[in-house]
Parts: sequence; structure tokens; C-alpha cells
Amino acid sequence: MTDASVPQNVAPPPAEVEDVELYHAHSWLTKYVFCQDAKVIAIQYAGTAITVGVLALVLSWVIRLQLAFPGAIPFIDASVYYQSVTMHGMIMVVYMLTAIFLGGFGNYLIPLMVGARDMVFPYVNMLSYWVYLIATLVLVSSYFVPGGPTGAGWTLYPPQSILTGTPGYDYGIILMLVSLILFIVGFTMGGLNYVVTVLQARTRGMTLMRMPLTVWGIFAAAVMALLAFPGLFVACVMLLLDRTLGTSFFMPSLVELGERKDYVGGSPILFQHLFWFFGHPEVYIVALPAFGIVSDLISVHARKNIFGYRMMVWAIIAIGVLSMVVWGHHMYVSGMDPWFGFFFAVTTLAIAVPTALKVYNWVLTLWHADIHFTTPMLFALGFLVTFVNGGITGLYLGNVIVDVPLSATLFVVAHFHMVMGIAPVLVIFGAIYHWYPKITGRMMDERLGKIHFWITFLGAYAIFFPMHYLGVLGMPRRFYEMGETAFVPASAATLNIVITVIALAVGFAQSIFFYNLFRSLKYGAPAGGNPWRAASLEWQTPETPPGHGNWGAHLPVVYRWPYAYSVPGAPEDYLPQNAPPMSGEHSP
Amino acid sequence: MSVMGLFFIFIFSVAMLWLARQGVFESPWLEEGEVTHRRRAAGTEPPPAAKVGLAIFLAVAGCLFSLLTAAFFMRGDAPDWQLPPIPGILWFNTFVLAASSVALQLALIAARRGEFERVKTALLIGAATAGLFLIGQIWAWRELLELRFFASSNAANAFFYLLTGTHALHLVGGLVALARTTDKVRGAGRVTRALTTSVELCAIYWHFLLFVWLLMFAMLIGWADGFGVVCRRLLS
Amino acid sequence: MSIAIVMVLVVAGSILFHVLSPWRATPIASNWGFIDDTMGLTFLVTGAGFVAVILFMAYCLYRFRHEPGRRAAYEPENQKLEAWLGIVTTIAVVILLAPGLLVWGQFITVPKDAMEIEAVGVQWNWSFRLAGVDHQLGSSDVRYIDTTNSLGLSPADPKGQDDLLVTSGELHLPLGKPVKVLLRSIDVLHDFYVPEIRAKMDLVPGIVTNFWFTPTKIGEYEILCAAYCGTGHPQMRGKMIIESEADFEKWQTAQQTFEQSRKSDASRDTRASAQ
Ligand code: HEM
Ligand SMILES: [Cu+2]
Ligand SMILES: [Cu+2]
Repeated sequence: MTDASVPQNVAPPPAEVEDVELYHAHSWLTKYVFCQDAKVIAIQYAGTAITVGVLALVLSWVIRLQLAFPGAIPFIDASVYYQSVTMHGMIMVVYMLTAIFLGGFGNYLIPLMVGARDMVFPYVNMLSYWVYLIATLVLVSSYFVPGGPTGAGWTLYPPQSILTGTPGYDYGIILMLVSLILFIVGFTMGGLNYVVTVLQARTRGMTLMRMPLTVWGIFAAAVMALLAFPGLFVACVMLLLDRTLGTSFFMPSLVELGERKDYVGGSPILFQHLFWFFGHPEVYIVALPAFGIVSDLISVHARKNIFGYRMMVWAIIAIGVLSMVVWGHHMYVSGMDPWFGFFFAVTTLAIAVPTALKVYNWVLTLWHADIHFTTPMLFALGFLVTFVNGGITGLYLGNVIVDVPLSATLFVVAHFHMVMGIAPVLVIFGAIYHWYPKITGRMMDERLGKIHFWITFLGAYAIFFPMHYLGVLGMPRRFYEMGETAFVPASAATLNIVITVIALAVGFAQSIFFYNLFRSLKYGAPAGGNPWRAASLEWQTPETPPGHGNWGAHLPVVYRWPYAYSVPGAPEDYLPQNAPPMSGEHSP
Repeated sequence: MSVMGLFFIFIFSVAMLWLARQGVFESPWLEEGEVTHRRRAAGTEPPPAAKVGLAIFLAVAGCLFSLLTAAFFMRGDAPDWQLPPIPGILWFNTFVLAASSVALQLALIAARRGEFERVKTALLIGAATAGLFLIGQIWAWRELLELRFFASSNAANAFFYLLTGTHALHLVGGLVALARTTDKVRGAGRVTRALTTSVELCAIYWHFLLFVWLLMFAMLIGWADGFGVVCRRLLS
Repeated sequence: MSIAIVMVLVVAGSILFHVLSPWRATPIASNWGFIDDTMGLTFLVTGAGFVAVILFMAYCLYRFRHEPGRRAAYEPENQKLEAWLGIVTTIAVVILLAPGLLVWGQFITVPKDAMEIEAVGVQWNWSFRLAGVDHQLGSSDVRYIDTTNSLGLSPADPKGQDDLLVTSGELHLPLGKPVKVLLRSIDVLHDFYVPEIRAKMDLVPGIVTNFWFTPTKIGEYEILCAAYCGTGHPQMRGKMIIESEADFEKWQTAQQTFEQSRKSDASRDTRASAQ
């Protein structure tokens, strides 16, 4: 391909994977279970993540029932309540969202979208899933040990998390820490794969600035996760040593329930630094893939290029870099040196600028568009509302002095559910409706999809929007029961009941989704290769669902960016990335 | 935390430079046709995926060690902090690890020249010295434990075990990779390109671990106290 | 199409909820009105942003919905517009940040004449310590904790002997005088939180943290713990009573000093062992 007739600016591609020996499955076991094909691993990741996600959803009912009807449900006591809160939070954030965005969508979409045959290290990729599965099993197994799972809160703050006043201090906390350590090991294997695949296995013509924003988002998130998870890793290992060997990394001298412990000199705040060094980037590890996916959903279903692609890429990079230096906004009232408050408030509010630019560009993409209200599009729009809503309350909590009254209240709970609970979950649903035809070859039912959307979107908004006001009122989070409190009016209890009823309804409504998901496997309308008439590469595979190796005999060659929708002069309202240029010659 | 700061400034400047070279900050992103980036036109070959993978893994491991270092200095502020005496064998171990690194570098040079027998010997020497280092580390642990410097008696002791242990585990992982490389060498019977790459990766990893060890050792014997003071200044 | 209407309804409903909601911040009882003001400003700026973005979106959804024959415009970017939006957003952020940082500056500069008191958290109740006649608090350490010295005051420190110990969980403070609350925990993290005074701060075992405020309204307020501290966390309550200077003096004289409490405990112990 490099003969003299080719113009100078036609360079060899960043990498060709043509010569890579593809992994071949030899038996049923290696084809479906210990499979090294990224697409199968993706489904395994997503399936596991959704399964534990449902567990976490059920736990949220336990929490909500207790908050609405304190003491009325016999099996919920303080321990069960705190165990539920902890497992709910940890599963949702780490085992569900992180795993599904990076392990699920990352594995499925990266190779297809950049035109690769597979991840670059398929064996490591497979290991990554199995380690993740073991991690979740270890986590769930804490329900079966004496004392049950830990009730330390998902932040696991010492000294409380390993002392007797907390449920599950005996075995639950150990299993939680071991599980997290395993998760991080597994994730690092996967993360290396996602990053190196994007760097090395892009097909001919797929320059960085021609990658779909989904890939950009997942790529940036994977890089951040690789750098952030070591923080959690170190924190977990050290806390585990404090718990098992009696070291004093985080444990100061203390007297617990009248008993003097042997710890000396440790620093609880050090744990918080390490935890949030991971914890804040974690928010963006979940958000960036969602940003990317939503950009693609909006562009495809509005039949218009994403507005300001370059700005979108820069914003992703800026957010990624900045979000590594804002972790202190979770610690404004932690007792750390208050001078840090200035620094972290500035960096935190600075992130608002690139984030807002992304929002503007999504909305501006709708300007002069040709908007099809498909189910994926509806979910993308739902994301915009919840994300903007959750984003602006972030400005309250980031602005250090405003955080002082609001921290540790239900305002915080409402904020982070809007911005990193509901918003990304809506994107996950949208993405599943969008890519399901590629994954299975069949469409999901649109009518059921729309019903599912309306209940989920409006319900979730109705759950979490009013919750902010309980926080402003001053109701603290992680309160098993409010009890008699002078400043809390009786109407607050009524609101809590309303929220719980809606939460239960929204939870049960998810069965519509699962029904649709499984039914469409068999009865869905056949989708064809490209039902949404989308331009990006994954829709141009020779087979649907894509076969092993994705691309048949030859890798695709990319001629343009992935957002060539409604290009003037083009016969159709989209130009696939791999369709040769219209005039048949290179533009300079 | 300033350790983390330095580390991140380094990582991010590398990333930004790279992104700039990839054309992320340039305008012609809407052009059509089979173009890749102009700077690639020289036809330089891209590095093998495994090498890029290793580079990124080193960034992750670097992040891990920087965080441990940051934690070391932050915890070192407390009045109860008392570094344990340094077992003399650590000096010997340092020397052995350096020798191991040199051996792998020699293996790489030999591989590039195609001298098969030399590669084999150098790899074996590298593996043996690395193994010796690990045994030496265990020895150091035993010595400290016999002197009753337990992890639970002072956080500085705990950091000693944690840091050296983490480093040793990384080296064990490296030894597995090295064993597979040596195996490949035996099987191949001559120097191939894939083999040179494997040797190169091992050598890079070894140098990284040596570098980490030297910093860590300096910290443990207290040479880095001055640095810790600077950190604290920056923090407060 | 219906989504455009629903978006408008969501915005209208949110505003309506905000206006009609009976759940508002408690009436403020300290000098931190600036915090409320900053929050109000934040609400105006961000609320306007929210309404503008969502309404604009709803308009687009309505105006550019798919109809036969419609074709979208091709508009890769508009750098001028993006730059303007960036500048406007930056200005909005600065408007929020500047007052926020100023007030934070006040929050962390404790007035020189502030009265120092100590709040001690232990699973799951509050105790307090006030300086005695010497206006100074004695030193403390968990090492000294035993049955007769539950707060771990240093028995040897002369400054601590006259310290007033309040173990009933009821703290009295005089109106209008700045108070610096020193926070000390004996076991795990806690957080001193009275919604009406807006300020809060964590108690961290091993170190002493602090914050300050000036009570501005006579009344009785509930002290909660705002850092999860184990199963008893919601039950960890105390009372803060703001009263006139005179009432406060009267209350103060009725409290036991450290010295007295040691003596009475010791005599009780000797009596107990004598029996
Ligand atoms: C409809 C679904 C959901 C409902 C009804 C729900 C409800 C709740 C409730 C009531 C709490 C306890 C608040 C308190 O401490 O008083 C909570 C905590 C939490 N939730 Fe959710 N949640 C849902 C989905 C999610 C999702 C998708 C995420 C993912 C980010 C998430 C992450 C968390 C976290 C991190 C906590 C904090 C746990 C802790 O305090 O340790 N939740 N949730
Ligand atoms: Cu954060
Ligand atoms: Cu508490």
C-alpha cells in the first residue's frame, strides 16, 4: 500500500492489526464461558453488572421503606439499614456503573468503533472479567458470614469502619476490602486493554480526531481509572492491615465503648485523602463514558453532526485532567487544613466550565436538526435534564462555604443521585436500546421502551428533586430514623412516604425493560445491519451481530469523521465513516 | 501529596505532548480521505502493543508507589513515628538488584546483536540475581522481626513492610514474565524479533523497579527526610 | 413531540415546587447569614441557567422535530459562539466563587476575642467543656481516660482543674459572643451539626478541629451528629441553649469543675470499696 503513487500525506496507519493471530475458540466452554472475544466478555461484564445492580436496587427499597415507615418493617433494624446503604452505594458505584461502562460498553464498542478485530490483549481481557466476577462473589458472600456485610457506609471511613459500633466489623469489612482489591486488579487488566487498543489498534485512517466521542469518553475514563484506582487500592490494603494485623496507618489512639485500643497515631484524614483521590475521579469515570455515548445518541437520532466536536474532545480531556485535583471538595468539613478549601473550590468550579460547554454543545446539536423521538433519543434527552439539574447542585456543594451547611445532608444524596446515579443509568438504558440491534440483530420494542422511559425518567426526577429540599431543611443523610427532631416538620415524613412509593414504582417498572430485553431476543423485529442509519464504524460490519474478528477479510478504511450527517450534497442524510469520498479523490 | 503532584505533572505533560502530536489541537479535522496524521508520514513504525501496554502499566505502578510515598510522608508527621533500623543486608540487596538490571540490559544488547548464547546467560544471571534479591528481602524482614520491630508496634515499621512487600510483589510478577521469556529463548534457539521485544520489556521493567527501589531505600533510611520537610512546608 | 411539552412542565413544576415547598432552611440563629446569601445567589444564577438550557432544548425539540422532508443543517462548529458561551459561563462561575471564597475566608479566621469551648464526641453522645475561672482549657489525651475521667483531661495540668465539665449533653452559650468550638473525638469520626447555625465541622480522633460562630437568637437548638459513626448515629443528640449573658453566668456557676468531679467520684469510690 505504500507505492510511490500515493501522495505524501497518505501515511501508514497508526497500526495495522491484520497480522495479529486471532484467538479461536475450540469448544463450547471457550466460546461462551472462557472466551477471549471482547464482544462476549462485554456481555458477561454487562450481565454481571446488571445482576448486582438489581440487587442494589432491591437494597434501595429496603432503605426507602425504612425512611418512610421507620420501625414498621420488622426485619429492618439499624444494622440491616446501614448494611443496605453501604452495599447499595458500593455496588451501584463500583460494581455496577464502572463495570458496565468500561467492561460492558468499553469491550463491545471500542474494537468495533475504531475498526479493530479485538482488544489487543484478549487473554488479559478474559482474566479481567473473571477476576471481576470473583470480586462480586466475594462481595455478595459477605451476606453469608457471621455479622453480615459491613455497614460502614460506602466511604468505609476508619476508625468507625473497623470498630465494633459498626455492623459487619468482624468479617464483612474484610470481605469488602478484599473484594475491592480484587476488583481493582481485574479492572487494571481491562483498563490496560481499553487504553492500548485505542492507542494501537485503530484501523487505517482512524485518527484520534476521527474517533466517535463514545470512544473518547471511554478512553479518557479508562486512563483516569488507571490512575485513580491505585488510590483506593492503597487505602484498602492499608485499612485491611489495620484491621487484621493491628497496624496504625489510619487508626489513632482511641477508647471505644470504654475499651482502650492498641492503635496509636494513625490519621483518619489520610484515608479520606486516599479514598477521595479515587472517589472523585470515579464520578467522572462513570460520567465521561456517559458523556460520550450521549453525544453519539443525540447526533444519530437528530440526524446532525455533534456540534463542536473539537470542543467536546478538549472538554473531555480538560475534565479528565482537572478531576484529578478536586478530590478535596468531599472534605471541606473533614478537619483538613481549611486553606485547602480555597484551592479545591477553585478547581471544582473550574470543572464546571468545560462541563457546561459540553451541555451547550449537546443542546446546540438539536438546533436545525431533524429530531427523531426514538427510545434512545428520549433517554438521551432525559439524561440532559437530570444531568443539568444534578450539575448545578454540584455548584452549591463545590463552592466551599455553601457546602458547609449542606454537606452530609439529603441535599448531597439528591445531588449525587441526579448526577451520577440517574443520569448515567438513563444513558445505559438509552445505549442498550440503541446498540441492541447490533448486538442481537433484532430491535427492541419501541412502545414498551417509551413506557419504560417515561416512568423511569419522570419517576426518578420525582424521587430526587424534592429530596434536595429535605437537605436544605437540614435532614442529615445516613439517618436510620429521624426520630423526634424539633426542626423537622411532620410534612417531611409525608414527603418521605411519597418518595418511597415512587421509588418502589420506578423499581418495579424496570421489569418492563427486562421483559422487553428478553422478549426481543426472539420476537423483536429483524434489525438489519444499520437500523438507525448511523455513520460510525460499528454499524458497518459485514455481519450483524458482528462475527468473530468483526470485519471479515479486510479491515475497514476510514475516510472521514463519524458525524457526517446531513452533509450538503450527499445522497443520503448520513455518510458512513468507511464510505470512499464522494468525488473519489483526497481533499488536501 | 506533592509527590503525587510531581508525578501527575509528569504524566500529564507526556500525555499532552502526545495528544498535540496526534493533531488533537489542530484544525483540519473535517477533511475527507484516507489521511492519517502528517507527522506520521515519515513512515516510522509504531511501537509494539506490548511495549505501549508496559508503558501504561508503569504509569499505573508509578501512581501506586507515589501514593504510598505520599502516605508515608503524611503519616510520618505524627509524633509516634519512628523509622526502624535498616538491616545491613539491604545494602547488599541494592547492589544485587542493580546487578540484575545490568544483566538484563546486557541481555538486551546481546539480543539486538543477535548473540543467542549471551542472551541466554544474561537472562539467567538476571533471574538468579533477582531471586537473590527477593531472598535478601525476606532475610531483612526476618531480621527486623527478630528484633521485635512488628508492623503493629509502629506505623513506620508497617510502612517498611508495606513498601518493600509491594515492591517485592512487583518483582515476583516480573520474574514470571522473565521466566516466560527465558522459556521462549530456549524454544526459539535463535534470536527473533519477538524475543528481542520480550527481553526489552523485561529490561525496562527491571530498570523501573530498580529506580523505585532506590527512591524507596532512600526514604526508608531517612535520607528523604529533607524532602518530607519540604512537602510539609508546601502543604501547610 | 410530547417530550418538548414535558420538558416545559418539568421546568415549570420544579419552579412551582421551589416556590410552594414548605421545606426550607431553618430560621438562622447565628452570624452566618452570608452563607444563606451565597446560597441564594447560587440558586438565582444556576436556576436561571437550568431554566434557560431546558427551555431552549424544549424549543428545539418542538421546532426541529422530524417531519417528512426535513433535513438537518450541517454545522460542525461555531468557534465564536462556543467562545462566547465559555466566557459567559466563566463569568457566572466567578460570580458564584468570589463571594463564596470571601465568606470562607471569614469562616476560617476566628476572631481573637472568641470564647473557647470544647465539644467532645463519643459513641453516641455529646459532652462539653468550658474554661473555668482562668479562661483557659487544660490539655487532654485519650491516655488519661478512665471511669473518673471520661473526657481524658490531663490530671497534672493546672489549667484543667477549674474546667467546667458538662456531661448532660446540654450546652449553654451566651447570646452575641463569638464562640470557637474546639472539637475532639474519643473514638470515631463525628460531626458537630446544628442546622440553625449553618456551620458544621468533623470531630477527628487524634486531632482537635474547630470552627466558630456567634449565636444571634435566643432559643433551644438540637445538636446532631453529621458524620456516620455506627449504628447509634441518629441517636447522638445534644442540646444547645442560647441565652442572655446573665442566664449563662448562672448556668455556668452550677456546673462541676474537673477537680470537683474527681473528688466526688473518688469519695464515691472509697465509699463503695469501704462497704
Ligand atoms: C431508583 C434508584 C435508587 C434509589 C431509590 C436510591 C436510594 C438511595 C437512598 C435512600 C440512599 C440512602 C441515603 C441516606 O443515607 O439516607 C442511597 C444511598 C446511596 N446511593 Fe442510591 N438509590 C438509587 C440508585 C442509585 C444509583 C444508580 C447509584 C449510583 C451512583 C446510587 C448510589 C448511592 C450511593 C453512593 C449512596 C450512598 C451510600 C452511603 O451513604 O454510604 N444509588 N440511595
Ligand atoms: Cu467529587
Ligand atoms: Cu454520628
